[in-house]
Amino acid sequence: MKLDTSGLESTAPHFGTSCELFSGFSAAPSFDLPVTTDFDGFQKESIQMVKPAKGTTTLAFIFKEGVIVAADSRASMGGYISSQSVKKIIEINPYMLGTMAGGAADCQFWHRNLGIKCRLHELANKRRISVTGASKLLANILYSYRGMGLSVGTMIAGWDETGPGLYYVDSEGGRLKGTRFSVGSGSPYAYGVLDSGYLISYNTCIRYKYDLSVEEAAELAKRSIYHATFRDGASGGVASVYHVGPNGWKKLSGDDVGELYYQYNPVSTSTVEQEMAESSST
Amino acid sequence: MTKQNANWSPYDNNGGTCVAIAGADYCVIAADTRMSTGYSILTRDYSKICKLADKCVMASSGFQADVKALQKQLAARHLIYQHQHNKQVSCPAMAQLLSNTLYYKRFFPYYSFNVLGGLDNEGKGCVYTYDAVGSYERVGYSSQGSGSTLIMPFLDNQLKSPSPLLLPAQDAVTPLSESEAVDLVKTCFASATERDIYTGDKLEIVVLNKEGLHREYMELRKD
Repeated sequence: MKLDTSGLESTAPHFGTSCELFSGFSAAPSFDLPVTTDFDGFQKESIQMVKPAKGTTTLAFIFKEGVIVAADSRASMGGYISSQSVKKIIEINPYMLGTMAGGAADCQFWHRNLGIKCRLHELANKRRISVTGASKLLANILYSYRGMGLSVGTMIAGWDETGPGLYYVDSEGGRLKGTRFSVGSGSPYAYGVLDSGYLISYNTCIRYKYDLSVEEAAELAKRSIYHATFRDGASGGVASVYHVGPNGWKKLSGDDVGELYYQYNPVSTSTVEQEMAESSST
Repeated sequence: MTKQNANWSPYDNNGGTCVAIAGADYCVIAADTRMSTGYSILTRDYSKICKLADKCVMASSGFQADVKALQKQLAARHLIYQHQHNKQVSCPAMAQLLSNTLYYKRFFPYYSFNVLGGLDNEGKGCVYTYDAVGSYERVGYSSQGSGSTLIMPFLDNQLKSPSPLLLPAQDAVTPLSESEAVDLVKTCFASATERDIYTGDKLEIVVLNKEGLHREYMELRKD
């Protein structure tokens, strides 16, 4: 089997003669494939041995002021938490963010690869790549590896000449344009909070709509991630929130969800203690 | 065609544990020297630690043949880098090279679990931790290999540093002196040896600081 590795090649012309000495380490490397008649079975077994990171909550939505992107930071291998500080929001360039769900290495590597391609596009065309274009580059690469066991569920969020952009791209070849996505094992919980919102007073509810301020949107995103980490065992760590506006992305908050619990559930003295305090004061 | 050699695998697990701790101006990288297969100990004196550059050391456990192949590949790439740029590769650059090298074997992975320790361009200690297919992360301390599930919770308890993702950012430097870090590593391995059959025999500790590279050894249980 010969693999199409054109996704790894740079689009810029290659100058200078290639040197014999480095032929084994060429600029466009290729993937080593196992010599086997049962590629699928081999992938299944080998991926079991190296145990991919699974279980995530990520979300992103478009609103009046741009795009909000948020994620948790846990990586687990089965029941074992392998890291509580994973950077699941990948900074592709100052105007574009990607999120990470599925295989950690697959997401990290292909987003790095996408960053290179976006920069080359910028140098060749003297303007930044659109979010549409960038997400399509990634989707086409992932489609060319379809069926080989890559595991990627990502959102590409950014700001381009047409305004805010948001796409969902996955390793099965899907690419969807939208205004609101959540990806990962915690996504049902995150969608639940994102859609129905939370009460800020007895008759005012902040929920997802287009007309939100940056502060309201960031709080909504943080709460959605928090509630997902609360109910989904595979999500946890730190809830990071990013905002992408006309001047690029900015990190708005990063909070340990263990501490968020006490912010959202303030420790109040029990009624018995209150009564005791009252009776002793009188 | 029917499936042949159904129970043959290109991989073996030779066990072993690696630990790395980064400090303000030092880095400690340690690994035991036992190599096993199944219940048999193949050797009691095999170094898992490989010096990749002046300020960059890798400790690897997993399948020894894949580790060896990986070390050879990185050494070759580093030699070419030296010829082209006339300088040693920095630790953050080597970290990304290792990530890419592992990922290019995505469909036929190197069965190796690595930690990379060293000093960054500012002379601060740095530790990078990897999975077998190249996802990596810069951390304050890390453990990989067969005893990692025993050592990692202990390190979390002793020197839990604030997450680098927090905003406002908090100082994430390990609050230990160099000698305290070396002592902590020794304790970790002495404990892991008690409960992990793939860890033991001898502990090799490499300390990197502005004076250079220094190695020391400690005996572990040999049963």
